[in-house]
Amino acid sequence: MAVPVAFFAVFFAYPVAAIVARGLKTDGTWHLGRIGEVLAQSDVRHVLWFTTWQAFVSTALTLLVALPGAYVFARFDFPGKQVLRAVVTVPFVLPTVVVGTAFLALVGRGGLLDELWGVRLDTTVWAILLAHVFFNYAVVVRTVGGLWAQLDPRQEEAARMLGASPLRAWRQVTLPALAPAVAAAALMVFLFTFTSFGVVQILGGPTFSTLEVEIYRQTSEIFDLSTAAVLTMIQFVAVGAILAVHAWTVRRRETALRLMDASATARRPRGAGQWALLGGVLVTVAVLLVLPLAVLVQRSLGPPGFGYYRALTREDGGVFLVPPIEAIGNSLSYAVAATLIAVLIGALAAVALTRRDAGRFVRGFDALLMLPLGVSAVTVGFGFLISLDEPPLDLRSSWILVPLAQALVGVPFVVRTMLPVLRAVDVRLREAASVLGASPWRVWREVDLPMVRRALLIAAGFAFAVSLGEFGATVFIARPDRPTLPVAVARLLGRPGDLNYGQAMALSTILMVVCAVALLVLERLRTDRTGEF
Amino acid sequence: MVGTLAACGSSDSGQGSGDSKTVTLVSHDSWAASKDVIAAFEKQSGYKVDVLKDGDAGQAVNKAILTKGNPQGDVFFGVDNTLLSRALDNGLFQPYEAKGADRIKAEYRVDQDKHRVTPVDTGDICVNYDKKYFADHKIQPPKSFDDLVKPAYKNLLVTENASASSPGLGFLLGTAAQYGDDGWESYWKKLKANGVKVVDGWEQAYNEEFSGSAGGKKAKGDRPLVVSYASSPPAEVVFADPKPSTAPTGVAEGTCFRQVEYAGLLSNAKNPTGGKAFLDFLLTQRFQEDMPMNMFVYPVREGAQVPTEFVKYGPQAKDPETMDPAKIADHRDQWVKSWTSLVLK
Repeated sequence: MAVPVAFFAVFFAYPVAAIVARGLKTDGTWHLGRIGEVLAQSDVRHVLWFTTWQAFVSTALTLLVALPGAYVFARFDFPGKQVLRAVVTVPFVLPTVVVGTAFLALVGRGGLLDELWGVRLDTTVWAILLAHVFFNYAVVVRTVGGLWAQLDPRQEEAARMLGASPLRAWRQVTLPALAPAVAAAALMVFLFTFTSFGVVQILGGPTFSTLEVEIYRQTSEIFDLSTAAVLTMIQFVAVGAILAVHAWTVRRRETALRLMDASATARRPRGAGQWALLGGVLVTVAVLLVLPLAVLVQRSLGPPGFGYYRALTREDGGVFLVPPIEAIGNSLSYAVAATLIAVLIGALAAVALTRRDAGRFVRGFDALLMLPLGVSAVTVGFGFLISLDEPPLDLRSSWILVPLAQALVGVPFVVRTMLPVLRAVDVRLREAASVLGASPWRVWREVDLPMVRRALLIAAGFAFAVSLGEFGATVFIARPDRPTLPVAVARLLGRPGDLNYGQAMALSTILMVVCAVALLVLERLRTDRTGEF
Repeated sequence: MVGTLAACGSSDSGQGSGDSKTVTLVSHDSWAASKDVIAAFEKQSGYKVDVLKDGDAGQAVNKAILTKGNPQGDVFFGVDNTLLSRALDNGLFQPYEAKGADRIKAEYRVDQDKHRVTPVDTGDICVNYDKKYFADHKIQPPKSFDDLVKPAYKNLLVTENASASSPGLGFLLGTAAQYGDDGWESYWKKLKANGVKVVDGWEQAYNEEFSGSAGGKKAKGDRPLVVSYASSPPAEVVFADPKPSTAPTGVAEGTCFRQVEYAGLLSNAKNPTGGKAFLDFLLTQRFQEDMPMNMFVYPVREGAQVPTEFVKYGPQAKDPETMDPAKIADHRDQWVKSWTSLVLK
């Protein structure tokens, strides 16, 4: 427990506190009156209002679109299911700069909707909402679908036999079992859309602003650190509240359910209704998720003979000091380092959280580990910059800073994947081993490790994919001669000219393929689906 | 992979530790220089150059100010005239008059009594137009700010958010210089009535909305006028394969606002001697002539040659709008605020 606590204290709490203090403290005096002043501004209240309502609507819309998908993925067997499940998860780990650009092609001018019906949604709030569905579809499919696949369908069938109507059987048997998973998924989507940054900035234009966007503007553009500090604190409180509710629903979900192997519950669809449902979900996935990704690929294929891809190997002397292709190697090596850190810290935390004697404090730590998901990258980035600059923590110019920042977002995924599995290990096995004289380390190696090895690999895969796509904090601290893929894409997009644009699209496609492959490998490993992601 | 990681670790030794053999440059993402030019400086001066690029220009300045007590490097390059006062007021730089400062064209010199900053390059923010669109529709492309509010150009212009993007801010300052403190607001009212579209950043405006750029063509952009740089047309030629015989875009010469970028020796720099040598280097003929094709800006040194592509496809505006950094400092925040409520709300 000590290691993860220390890790979060040093690399999360301390930098964030440092930047907040910089904004609110001058010459040793705190200016807490700023909080009231900032809250009194109508602009700020407008931002708060927009942040909240768009998160509510985005969450509702995501549930509406993704729940049928969760059902289909859970209960139906169809060719290409594993590949498709990996594909729908790709958006979740892609950087928003890339996706925002592709998404515009779908709902913007000349996009599919425009050509079919003359409907354009760019710079309307609809574009933001649809993009949020695009990004978070996988959260619902994986969280809800994962549990759904393991619910014993015979329970519902038994209710039907006893005379219940299909609706009633579903409402009284399946729904109560699913409800906590739906609530957990909804809260995660709410958290991600509440703190939405890239989507709102790119698709919303300058008229819409979430708290996260406003923190970025105040810090990075207007340089009003005290306003940024107050907004950071507001976001902190909101995210803390969301996570507290989330932790509560997660605990409720751990009530005993009759679970069975997912492969036994899925079957080929039967009857026109089920085929129509499958078809509907596949069309939704194709239009909403696959199409924007396809647009990226299409734009990367400019000149014949993969000209943009070949251009990546040339040193252009301009944007980078190295050929852009090297970003792939950088990204991979950073992601490996970040994964190692995240798995180590996350596994230690998960083990500590499953201990029988874990008190309330430790259980509260469960929710705290999720906080980095809800704190703005610019806050963390600036925090790193001003707090990790002196011995013994002079890391500011060290390469390790990038994997550390990426690991911060990876750890929550590791913890969430490992916890359910670890909790399922029968305590009596451990006790028996200790009674027979095994050391704690040996107990872990002989009892826990074989059971959690798979979960550990899945967790590592997720941390790896998330690290590959991390943009916000990385762009702050990545060194210029070692840009990561998302950073390289953003820099190429920042220059005029065909080759720069084409190379950005080619690199995005490569990033997408690498993420998809990582997720596909993960799919192969995945048998236990009680995890949340 | 392990090899790359090991390399990451080893090449960092000495970086940031302030040893006298390394000079560290802090800059924004657009910094670029030819390898052989840097190598020549390293050989001649005996210093190894380390570069830290820190996001966009505004972000880089803000980060430098935050870390000024324990700076990340010795020299900062890339604060422009719109942000200069923020850097100077916060004491980011220490005085040093670079060798060759007497060769800087007079109009770019500022802070003459203290020499806290050295002008390095200049560029114009101008409305670019899509040549094909105007040829196809048989209308003349606009030439001036006044033209942009004419009915012929209704719904054709896309610009950037002045509070978030430096070309967006430059364009606003250009109109303020042209129409004065009292006139610019009514000009923007007319521009708004004429259908100007505002997006958040240059990337979207140029690569998504503008019909004349390579990216915009692929994205089916439908706005033939965009606020960008005078050097964007040559970039469209240089970064094309095969290279076209003429630039697909042009510049409306009467809509330009001149940007000047400065460098300075950071306060508390650990290697001030090396930093001074590097500032001298930035003003040498060799660096000044290398700069245009790398950063798409113009030299400030008298007699420095600009590449033929620049002369051919993107000549510098003859009479751009300019503004004293002190005036920008006094008005920037208020102007941006009024502009936001006028144009965005």
